[in-house]
Amino acid sequence: MDGLVLKEINLEKERITIGRKPHNDIQIDNLAISGEHAAVVTILNDSFLEDLNSTNGTLVNGQPIKKHFLRHNDVIELGKYKLKYLNDTAAPVADDYQKTMVIRPGGIRPEPPAPAAPAPAAAQGPHSVAPPSPAPGTAAQGVPAAAIQILNGANAGKELPLVKTLTSLGKPGVQVAVIARRPQGYFITHVEGAHFPVVNGQTLDAQAHPLKDHDVIEIAGVKMEFFLKP
Amino acid sequence: MDPSDALEIFALTDPGQVRSHNEDAVFANPGQGLVILADGMGGYNAGEVASGMTVTLLADSLGRQDLRCMSGAALEQLLRTEIQAVNQAIHQAADSQPQYAGMGTTLVMGVFHADRLLVGHVGDSRCYRWRQGNLACLTRDHSLLQEQIDSGLLSPAEARYSQNRNLVTRALGVESVVEVELTGYDVAVGDIYLFCSDGLNDMVEDEDIALTLQTLAANLPLAGGQLVQLANDNGGRDNVSVILVKVKASFKESGSWWRQWLAWLK
Repeated sequence: MDGLVLKEINLEKERITIGRKPHNDIQIDNLAISGEHAAVVTILNDSFLEDLNSTNGTLVNGQPIKKHFLRHNDVIELGKYKLKYLNDTAAPVADDYQKTMVIRPGGIRPEPPAPAAPAPAAAQGPHSVAPPSPAPGTAAQGVPAAAIQILNGANAGKELPLVKTLTSLGKPGVQVAVIARRPQGYFITHVEGAHFPVVNGQTLDAQAHPLKDHDVIEIAGVKMEFFLKP
Repeated sequence: MDPSDALEIFALTDPGQVRSHNEDAVFANPGQGLVILADGMGGYNAGEVASGMTVTLLADSLGRQDLRCMSGAALEQLLRTEIQAVNQAIHQAADSQPQYAGMGTTLVMGVFHADRLLVGHVGDSRCYRWRQGNLACLTRDHSLLQEQIDSGLLSPAEARYSQNRNLVTRALGVESVVEVELTGYDVAVGDIYLFCSDGLNDMVEDEDIALTLQTLAANLPLAGGQLVQLANDNGGRDNVSVILVKVKASFKESGSWWRQWLAWLK
């Protein structure tokens, strides 16, 4: 309400109920809160929030929900009260993170990896929070933008932006090379054909070759320039 | 045509960027049209032992059979029997030697047979098919996450953010009997099949897997290397293994009637 963290609650139980009545795990004694308002169900390292048909509803990040898969930094609103869900097991704390384990039906406890307790904190406060788990496939995002410009032939002057992880150049069945966009930069590799690509007059071998700004590439008789975008 | 002429196979396994050792194991026998991939789990080197045993025992027992002249039903029966036998062997080793207690492994394997592919799997290692510009996952993970998706608790989009990754509901060696999923598919010339451990599909989006297979279909080793590199560029938090199989021609068994007859005589 005034930005202060009132309380931190560890989600140690499988099911934690929130409501106005005293038997709830988290009691919020306020008339805008229903007797049994909502519940947080935790399955190993994931938690789900459920609205228990409360009168005034439950919001997550401003949206009303019935059932919601909680993600790190989600803000839950019940009436005027806010709870923030924190789950920083995403930080690669231990080498054991992401080791495959077997979970068997019938209640054998599979020890969860890196059991940093998910903790919703009452009210939104100044928290030092671990960055959320990055979605896969975002690693090359920090690489400067680059493009290829065709220098001769019918398509001279055309520009080809290198936005995907792989961009292929040349003619299939004749000569093809590919430019890979990686966190370390851009690399050109021969894919098929009897002739290997030429960069700045030098014929490449089968190895991936790093590209520098303004390198001139020749594939299947077409010259093109690689350049980084400002 | 012989499977070894009709199929191009490339296998690669890599420890990744974080793990000190590789608990994955891969095997390919082009002559039999057989590929095997296992992702082990367990303390110390037990995971490597479990995946290594799986690949070695299956390669050995199936290597002594002439898979080509079998009927589809007989082949399926053989795989069930041999996978059960491997399960028992791992389970017994885990039971009898304390350093191997609790070890287990996933398995995904394929037998290319008479223009069909028989896929067997246990756990969360996968088989994908690239056909005419479409990537399809043929296997359904035996994992907590997949069960949560199936029951509607999580959407596939939400599942990407789950912290309950890598919890498999089935594995070889964990119990005395294992339930194996075996499914047959028609194979078409031009198909590319990708068998992989979760170190690939956890780190690399399906779109990037598809882009790689599309762009590098003409160069299978490069495609395999690129997939592993993508996983490592994205963090490489797990061991990553890929087996790529490209179908270059039909491999229907010609003159199979007399081979089957010979096999029947034996």
